[in-house]
Amino acid sequence: MVTPIGKALGAAVAAPVIWLASAVNLPLKAWQRATGTNGMAAFFLAPNMAIFAVFVLTPFVINFFYSATSGTAFFLADRTYVGAAQYERLFDCASYVDPSTCREDLFWKAVQNTGLFVVVQVVLMTLVSIITALILNREIAARSFWRAVFFFPVLLSPVVVGLIWRWILQRQGLLNYIFYSVGLEPHDWLIERSSAFTAAVTVSVWAHMGFYTLILLAGLQAIPRDLYEAAEMDGTRPARVFWRITLPLLMPSLLVVVILTLIRAVQIFDEVYVLTGGGPGTSTLYITQYIYEVGFASLLRNPGLAAAASILMGAVLVVLTLLQLQLGRRGEKKGARE
Amino acid sequence: MSAVVSFLTRRRGGKGWHWTDVVTWVWLVGGLIVMFGPALWLIASSFKTPAQLAEFPPTILPYVNQQATVEGYDKPLTLYTVKMPDGTSRILAEVRRVGIVSQMVDPNAPDEIVKINIADRTPVREIGLATENYVVPLEQNNFLLYLRNSVFVTFMATIITLLTNSMAAFALSKYRFPGRDVVMLLIVGTLMVPLSVVLVPLYSVVSAVGLYDSLWGIILPTVATPTGVFLLRQYMLTIPDELLDAARMDNASEWQIYWRIVLPLAAPALAVLAIFSVVWRWNDFLWPLVVLSRKELYTLQVGLNTYAGELNVQWHYILAMTVVTMIPVVLVFVFLQRFITSGIAGSGLK
Amino acid sequence: MGQIKLTDIDRAYGKLKILHGISLSIEDGEFVVLVGPSGCGKSTLLRLIAGLDQPTGGTIEIDGKDVTKVSAAQRGLAMVFQSYALYPHMTVRQNLAFGLENQRMAKDEIDRRIAEAARMLEIEAYLDRRPGQLSGGQKQRVAIGRAVVRNPTAFLLDEPLSNLDAELRISTRAELAALHERLGTTMIYVTHDQIEAMTLADRIVVMRAGRIEQIGRPLDLYNSPANLFVAGFIGAPRMNLMDVTVTAAGPASVTVEGPGGFTATHAGDGSAVHPGDKATLGVRPHDIVTVDRGGVEAKVTLVEALGPETVVHASLADGKKLVAVLQGQDTSPAGGTVRLGFDAGRTHLFDASGLRVPEVQASPAR
Repeated sequence: MVTPIGKALGAAVAAPVIWLASAVNLPLKAWQRATGTNGMAAFFLAPNMAIFAVFVLTPFVINFFYSATSGTAFFLADRTYVGAAQYERLFDCASYVDPSTCREDLFWKAVQNTGLFVVVQVVLMTLVSIITALILNREIAARSFWRAVFFFPVLLSPVVVGLIWRWILQRQGLLNYIFYSVGLEPHDWLIERSSAFTAAVTVSVWAHMGFYTLILLAGLQAIPRDLYEAAEMDGTRPARVFWRITLPLLMPSLLVVVILTLIRAVQIFDEVYVLTGGGPGTSTLYITQYIYEVGFASLLRNPGLAAAASILMGAVLVVLTLLQLQLGRRGEKKGARE
Repeated sequence: MSAVVSFLTRRRGGKGWHWTDVVTWVWLVGGLIVMFGPALWLIASSFKTPAQLAEFPPTILPYVNQQATVEGYDKPLTLYTVKMPDGTSRILAEVRRVGIVSQMVDPNAPDEIVKINIADRTPVREIGLATENYVVPLEQNNFLLYLRNSVFVTFMATIITLLTNSMAAFALSKYRFPGRDVVMLLIVGTLMVPLSVVLVPLYSVVSAVGLYDSLWGIILPTVATPTGVFLLRQYMLTIPDELLDAARMDNASEWQIYWRIVLPLAAPALAVLAIFSVVWRWNDFLWPLVVLSRKELYTLQVGLNTYAGELNVQWHYILAMTVVTMIPVVLVFVFLQRFITSGIAGSGLK
Repeated sequence: MGQIKLTDIDRAYGKLKILHGISLSIEDGEFVVLVGPSGCGKSTLLRLIAGLDQPTGGTIEIDGKDVTKVSAAQRGLAMVFQSYALYPHMTVRQNLAFGLENQRMAKDEIDRRIAEAARMLEIEAYLDRRPGQLSGGQKQRVAIGRAVVRNPTAFLLDEPLSNLDAELRISTRAELAALHERLGTTMIYVTHDQIEAMTLADRIVVMRAGRIEQIGRPLDLYNSPANLFVAGFIGAPRMNLMDVTVTAAGPASVTVEGPGGFTATHAGDGSAVHPGDKATLGVRPHDIVTVDRGGVEAKVTLVEALGPETVVHASLADGKKLVAVLQGQDTSPAGGTVRLGFDAGRTHLFDASGLRVPEVQASPAR
């Protein structure tokens, strides 16, 4: 019943597309005759690379110019060149340990917060993902169902994640109800400083662990079964099997997970922004939010300062990504040898 | 039901229960609750009336107060179970409330007004959905517009992504030309430059080309995804070159080779990229937040966040709109989850 | 018409030269086989003729017209690929029609051609299937069919049988020969298998390391290989090659001495060799007989009785292996030594640089 309608609909959509594709064939044939293979390669690359050049490459390059200018104007021509002043401003601190002694106290607060967030989140994320992956790798029924269960939140948008948890963690929310019904003290989770941080970390682990579990599970399943069988024949204890077989062979995937988590944690923004808005106070203010607010939102807008901060963050990310590529290459080589 | 349970708890080993089995099942069932629970709680809450949302302790399911039309009154009246002074209980309809005194009538005898202390009455409730939570914001608060914007952005960005990325991937996988390695290097390089790093200059570029505060301003910067080019290129490398040569011998132009041979054969990879792209673009938040300033152009994510950030937080609307925002992604999850998980396991992208 | 002429074709990838000055003239209707070990440049040469690749030097002419710069589509050739290269997302019929549609041929003409080719190749039954549902042999026929419907000036076949199992390869080989007979179209066929070359070719082109070693009719190549490489490459089992020293050279015969001191006489023009020269004496296994006296003494290492003939593996005094194929079922040489003799008229002699010592010019060897 649906099929004929679907077919007709598909045909109706496809017809103009097919017509268009054959219509461009003639001019393209002429282009091919005139320019040869290189010309065709250029043609196929052109749309993507044009967009790429305008919206990726150009911003990347002019970011450096931004960081060397001051003012609130967005057009480079309207801005004043100040050299390294923005960086000097960022690094103008009496003591780097205490953000309140810095000129840009918010920046250092954000750096400090991000640092703590990254460390706690990476540890927690890796731990939770590896346990889940190990459990999913056991001889359980309906494995793909369970895998899907943990993957579900990964698809949710940060705004949805933030709002769901804001609803659960509010004063009269579900969590407080659970606490209340087992006789524990309810909290204003998102308003108290210590619990807001915990909430931010936990929620982001909740939202993304499924992705890392998937990578680790793929890594686990790539370990040949016969290794385990051989270990069983040798009478190896399960704990020893884990430490001596599973963990070493999982190392490449594990490193990828750690670095990917690091890269993403450094940039943490959306779900926490929706969840806490950076608060209470500045206790969940992270670097990306700092860049966003200094660049766009705050009344004392300073795009140059935001650009400088973003370049510093970019430098950290480049180092991390290079590390990942390096490890990836090593993993590939190792894989090729085996 | 018990069949489902026994299916899910069936173990392949078949031997007795070991402590690790217990841990496994606690973890899995706990995971089921923790992963799905919040979303289900959101959905259940989104159908509750504001009064019910303010209740503590909350109920799991949404209820509505039962109402009745009583002769002599224009509006339907709310029904209450009332404990009468003589200890019996009756069902009465509230006419008005003055202080702690409620004036009530018996729906069957509408002439006589009974005065009751409000502590002695509880509303009669039945399971019911407060669908106005959905209808009102969609009709009055621009959310239909946000929805349309989100659909437009997602659809356009995905189509353009598929077209431009597949063309670039075709050139990069099937042609040798001077500068190919430079192009590859550039694309690899951008993997290291996430949006948050180029926020300020990208904003100025978008403004300079006149796309500030326009939906195209949030579509175009996202479509030249390096991951998409990569994914497709890896897949196209597996298409044998002999096939292309055969088509060349068959008088096919290079465009026809791309359109009639390579694209159909790359369909599985295109499907994966399409799904990813839909989820990415639907969920985009930071960039639309920066680019869009007119309310009519907001996408759902931005509109929802802005609405939730207003001083007078109307949770019943927010919850309902959060559910609406979640729907496409849930559909993708239900029907296409397999593509995504195998796509991630295969390529490590997200 | 399908006349193809290559003149001084070079192909280099950067510094790496794949083809060195190849010149070759192919007549209309000829079946030419390019044969050589892998990496010899034969497939590259075929791709250059097809127009899928451009030479770095030299010219290609088809029917007298210079097509060196003409694209593959315009050359009017058809190609059968090693992997068949059938479009997996199209049915057999669509596969056959694709090239014709691209030429904007009329629909009924396309149908007529497909029907004719399908009947000829017996692929009518699976015209509406996809390549994935076909066996290797069926795919092979479709690949040939796709070339046939094009009605090309010449067929280019790139190792078309190498993906078939042994039995199918032999029957398909025969069918290809029949197809050529029937169509009378020029065919250029690339293979590394000298048996395919011997059985199919009007002329064989033996290639090595980007150069043509010899061009000739199959039996000419077998009987008078121009050099050591061709001698070793054509014929199965391989020709036995022995290191010898020239002891006497006359106008009609050359005498040589081999390992262990045996001597042999070769009927050939000895004017270019001199006593004391190093040389190589070649004898085909089938040209060896057992003798009671004279000949060369060899230690038998293995005897394989195949029924009609017996293969004797032996080693010479210098340890070199030698294979003889003896008629009949005499397995008596097993485990001992044997004296093997060769007819002076059936030996091949190659000088120190590996070139054939020519036959006597005045009175050809019998």
